[in-house]
Amino acid sequence: MGAADKIMTQGLDQTQFDQWFDQRFETRMAQREEAHVPSLSIIATKGTMDWAYPPFILASTAGALGWEVSVFFTFYGLELLKKDLHLEISPLGNPSMPMKMPFGPQWLKDINWKVPNVVMAGVPGFEKVATGLMQQTVKSKGVASIAELRSACLEADAKLYACQMTVDLFGYSQDEFIPEIAGWIGAASFLPQAQMSDVCLFI
Amino acid sequence: MNTQATQSLDARGLNCPLPILRTKKALTAMGSGETLAILSTDPGSVKDMQAFCKQTGHELIATNSNQGEFEFFIRKS
Repeated sequence: MGAADKIMTQGLDQTQFDQWFDQRFETRMAQREEAHVPSLSIIATKGTMDWAYPPFILASTAGALGWEVSVFFTFYGLELLKKDLHLEISPLGNPSMPMKMPFGPQWLKDINWKVPNVVMAGVPGFEKVATGLMQQTVKSKGVASIAELRSACLEADAKLYACQMTVDLFGYSQDEFIPEIAGWIGAASFLPQAQMSDVCLFI
Repeated sequence: MNTQATQSLDARGLNCPLPILRTKKALTAMGSGETLAILSTDPGSVKDMQAFCKQTGHELIATNSNQGEFEFFIRKS
């Protein structure tokens, strides 16, 4: 309490003091809120091309909004930190994935090719074809590539952490990954960060 | 509205979140008080630009919409 406060609160009765306190508290809280930089923590666990989008879109956008961002890549999510991104999609066992042609006349583009799982599983290279079609669709719709979004995250100073345990588990070596990785850490290092963040997502 | 832009950004054909990311990048290189004009075709960018400006403190001076194209004027804070 400053000298001015001391003078102000002298001689106030309980009600006046409460009023003074509430007002002061509100002002201080508003100041604090204004100075607060929002933060986002994401745990990225999936390594397919489709699932690479949510963490990188959210992280890069949060970065653009001026938030502090950290992403912890674990298990298959580590694939998203490789120097060479070879992400694929698998329509197998995913009945929600539309299977549409990205080229040709509109009537052809509009057809949703319902391929039975048993066919997808049996045709060699089905995932390669589906991935190629998805990449084509992404390009023609003006959606960013994963590499582009990852660069945007790094530009915005998002901290990208790799799970050390996964590196050991899958027998990776650290030089397969981008040099910008903020740290090779474990759950015990990430959780205290997540605890302090305003938004925490598991993807 | 009389709006004179210092710089312009063509984000036509780009989808979420690219218009925002490019806007942020363009604004970073600009001086305080300068105005950026952005062209976009992403309908989601209308709400996104409002949210972006509200959060970052830049001023969204004007939004125009014309046959599937959107034009934004943002004054850097």
